[in-house]
Amino acid sequence: MNKVKLIKYSPWLLHFNTGACNGCDIEVLAALTPYYDPERFGVKLAPNPRHADVMVVTGAVTKKAAERLKRLYDQMPPPKFVIAVGACAISGGIFSGSYAVLNGADKAVPVDMYVPGCPPRPEAILYGVVKLLSKLG
Amino acid sequence: MSLIEIPVGPQHPALHEPILLRVRADGERVVGIQVVTGYNHRGVEKLGERSTWSKDVFLYSRICGICNTVHAQTYTQGVEAIGGIEVPPRAQYLRTLVMELERIHSHILICAVMAEVVGFDSLFMLMMRDREPVMMLKELVTGNRVIADYYVLGGVRRDLDEVKKDKILKVLEGVEARVKYYKKIFMEDYTITKRLLGVGVIKPSEAVAYSLVGPTLRGSGVKSDVRADDPYAAYGEIPFNVVTYSDGDSLSRMLVRLDETLESIEMIRYIIKHLPEGPIAPKTPIRTLHEGEAFSRVEAPRGELIYHIVSKGGDKPYRVKVRTPSFNNIINGVIAYRDARIADVPVILTSFDPCISCTERILVIDERNGSTKVLSLKDLSRWGK
Repeated sequence: MNKVKLIKYSPWLLHFNTGACNGCDIEVLAALTPYYDPERFGVKLAPNPRHADVMVVTGAVTKKAAERLKRLYDQMPPPKFVIAVGACAISGGIFSGSYAVLNGADKAVPVDMYVPGCPPRPEAILYGVVKLLSKLG
Repeated sequence: MSLIEIPVGPQHPALHEPILLRVRADGERVVGIQVVTGYNHRGVEKLGERSTWSKDVFLYSRICGICNTVHAQTYTQGVEAIGGIEVPPRAQYLRTLVMELERIHSHILICAVMAEVVGFDSLFMLMMRDREPVMMLKELVTGNRVIADYYVLGGVRRDLDEVKKDKILKVLEGVEARVKYYKKIFMEDYTITKRLLGVGVIKPSEAVAYSLVGPTLRGSGVKSDVRADDPYAAYGEIPFNVVTYSDGDSLSRMLVRLDETLESIEMIRYIIKHLPEGPIAPKTPIRTLHEGEAFSRVEAPRGELIYHIVSKGGDKPYRVKVRTPSFNNIINGVIAYRDARIADVPVILTSFDPCISCTERILVIDERNGSTKVLSLKDLSRWGK
């Protein structure tokens, strides 16, 4: 059986802040609350990387956090996907060019979906998750 | 029983920010705690020297997403002091309005996170639901939900009309009723009081000696608030009370925040009623500054925020040094973990309202294992690589 189909109706998210300013984090947090009702898509926050299907990365990836990011990615069971939320996770954003920043989550782990914005609205983050799932077929 | 070391973080299910606590435990009792930071170091101060005075407003706003307008306020008021730029009274009032909206949503957020940490998930969900209207108000006033980008040097970007004023007053009425209800829950509910009462006590003398700031300091009964002590923006003209609780435990720190939320709602009502007429920004944008130096301080939702700005003339800052409230509270707050149980560690950490993104322009390792020591700068730089 196609393993991707298994997670399609209940993608559990793992949220990791790799050096964000908190703006994206509180929007991810807001997107997980009843006002935006993520559970209609089966979206839930996983307590542990070993339970997670989709990793949500926020923030400019700092060099120290990048090691942890790789480690968390390796701990997730396949099939696994990564969503980069916010301008910083996409390209480093306003922090690009800094000595401490890697300029984008895709420098550390493979990224499947990019959600632009500074920060993106909670609706946009959920739309990104749903779009990723529909891409899986 | 031998000592065991438990790592807490840097990826947490509850707290959405990377920090690693190395907890040394003897059975259930915490005997030492080590704060490992550096996961969020982005080199903001160095980046600030690269950009111009007016562009840096955006950069310093992004030190912290939750308290972005207070960062913008501290930076702009410092730059305005160097340049001798007059800010119109209407802009001062509008800045104060946005800062207080930010305080409301920040305080509700940390109280919600505290509810989640003690395992009261339904309260977390309810508080997050009631926080949404405040975010919408922020969007109504500034155009953005989180990072407001409302400040320009010498003023603000957007004006407020009568329709928006009515909307703000109407929404705040609902928020006020809910916050009063949550205060009642925090004071009376068995689940909350059992976990927070008498946990992580900091005595007033210690709070001053370790230079804790903000609600953490006021929760220990010390009356200190930059808004009252050294008024900036329009705070000198707006009446408000400085809230203190004397117990010094996690519960009093949370109650300070809930009471301050109610105070902020009253302040916004006053601002809207007494908003002066006039321009909101200078007609020509400010680009260059003469030589000078400014020291600027502001009461952020988490405590006293300090900027030291040095100008050598021209269009770029020479040096901007930032000291954020969470820096003091997280690093020096290790005194609160004495003789705590392991289950209390996340509660005490949350009660400081830790803002990791604020803290981490500087890397410090604090080890409290019998003695306290701070490692040398050479050792610190190792973490930045």
